[in-house]
Amino acid sequence: MQQFADYLLDEGILAGLPKSLGYALVIAFFAFVLLNFIMLVAGVTSWLERRVWARIQSRVGPNRVGPQGAIQWLADGIKNIMKEDIVPTAADKPLFKAAPYLAMIGFFGAWACVPFGDGLIIADLNVGVLYITAVTGLVVVGILMAGWSSNNKWALLGGMRSAAQIVSYEIPAAIAVNAVIVLTGTLSMQGIIRAQGWAPWNWFLFDNPFTFVAFFIFFVALLAEGNRTPFDLPEAESELVAGAFTEYSGLRSLLFFLVEWGNLYIIGALCTSLFLGGWQTPHFTDNGFVLGLVQFVVFFLKSYFLVFVAMWIRATLPRVRVDQLMSLCWKYLVPISFVNLLGAMLWVVAFPHGFLPARLGMFLFGIMVTIYFLMRVAFHLRRARPEMSWNPIA
Amino acid sequence: MIAFYFIALLTLASALLVVLHRNPIYSALGLVNTLFLIAVSFVMLDAELIAMLQVIVYAGAIVILFLFVIMLLNVESEVRSARISKIGTAGLAFVLLFAVELAVFALVRDPSGAQELPAGFGSTELLAETLFSKGMLSFELTSLLLLVAVVGAVVMARRKVES
Repeated sequence: MQQFADYLLDEGILAGLPKSLGYALVIAFFAFVLLNFIMLVAGVTSWLERRVWARIQSRVGPNRVGPQGAIQWLADGIKNIMKEDIVPTAADKPLFKAAPYLAMIGFFGAWACVPFGDGLIIADLNVGVLYITAVTGLVVVGILMAGWSSNNKWALLGGMRSAAQIVSYEIPAAIAVNAVIVLTGTLSMQGIIRAQGWAPWNWFLFDNPFTFVAFFIFFVALLAEGNRTPFDLPEAESELVAGAFTEYSGLRSLLFFLVEWGNLYIIGALCTSLFLGGWQTPHFTDNGFVLGLVQFVVFFLKSYFLVFVAMWIRATLPRVRVDQLMSLCWKYLVPISFVNLLGAMLWVVAFPHGFLPARLGMFLFGIMVTIYFLMRVAFHLRRARPEMSWNPIA
Repeated sequence: MIAFYFIALLTLASALLVVLHRNPIYSALGLVNTLFLIAVSFVMLDAELIAMLQVIVYAGAIVILFLFVIMLLNVESEVRSARISKIGTAGLAFVLLFAVELAVFALVRDPSGAQELPAGFGSTELLAETLFSKGMLSFELTSLLLLVAVVGAVVMARRKVES
């Protein structure tokens, strides 16, 4: 993006402006574009999630507003904006009002380092991975503030759970990422993607057994950080009404949900960049625009597939208990990720330039697991109720 | 330069909020803000890695645990009294001492001796190289110290089994 800003300042429409002002304008413009893109992604995700759950649970889901209910999210958004914004009398008003925006800042900041394509990134920081970890960690301050300032015991408990969960699960996630970082020797998102290839066996997921394990640790830990089922204890309806968000109404509650759905895409994007080859495509054309577009589409589809997997998990698995949640993190994920990191380091020492047979072997292993999984799904589908409809339009 | 003064002023303001606000929750949130703004200063000094670690470790974890405890205990807002306590006097003395120290430092230091930064200053690679060659011993000793502290905390917190 800096090259683009420099180009605009030198010969584009901003020529002649002072440099800092030009940069500020470009940043503001991109922030605006990105914010709209995020809202669109989060909104569509909210609709798609409800549709996907509905199909998995043999229901119909929202299908009234627009074709297939595709603009249901817009209607919901308008409804929420029109609703009264209630602040409880017993609440701590400044904090109560500020909390959703704080969560929003932490979440929005992370998008600056999401690489949509070769050069399609707001800022390719040389500490990109750490930056995303740091900034998304700020969401927890917003949730804690929301929980405490509501002056409601369910909200407080929800906020506490959320904070404990996010702070704990940051550890296995950060250590699992290190397995990739020792391979590439860089923390920049683009650097990590450039070290991979377009072919699946050149992805870090299949690079060696340790990165394979790291991917799953990372994905699970991110699901927990994003408060997704099976780890959505902070807003467990049956125990805590709606957790930290209980007292929120109207636009403020909508902001929290936007953070949650948008975060889902960040989870997908992070896993895609670090393990699934990011935007890498074969270099089939010299037309920069077409190539960029294809890269964007590839990246978007890969990350959206992971978003779909997260929806699928949410529709399938029951919620874990609090003690199970903590023991999963501290007794299983943290030790496994440490051992895994050690293994990855040894692997890098043994094969500094990668080991092709291992890659191909891991790739074959991945295919076999997928085939086995699909066979099980097919088996259960055959045994399922015979009147089950295959028609998604119904 | 303007950016530096702006950030410095904001940092000072939120640091004062930490000390002066009656409600401990606001103080802790002010602390988050202060640490975050210090990270911004680190970025302006080309020390990006330190800035990120500052946010992850302090703003993202340690102060969250402070907040956690304060919120669970539900500490009341403190009642302000006009009398300056002994601790307050000691604090004022330290502030004065620190101000004098800063002034002396600013007067004695010769700014003409400032050098251009070497290429890659503050990068993760350079930092890691220094840390694992020159600072190896102190790095390992620090990690040992932290490990002892963690084990100690676990031992202290463990419930005693009645036998």
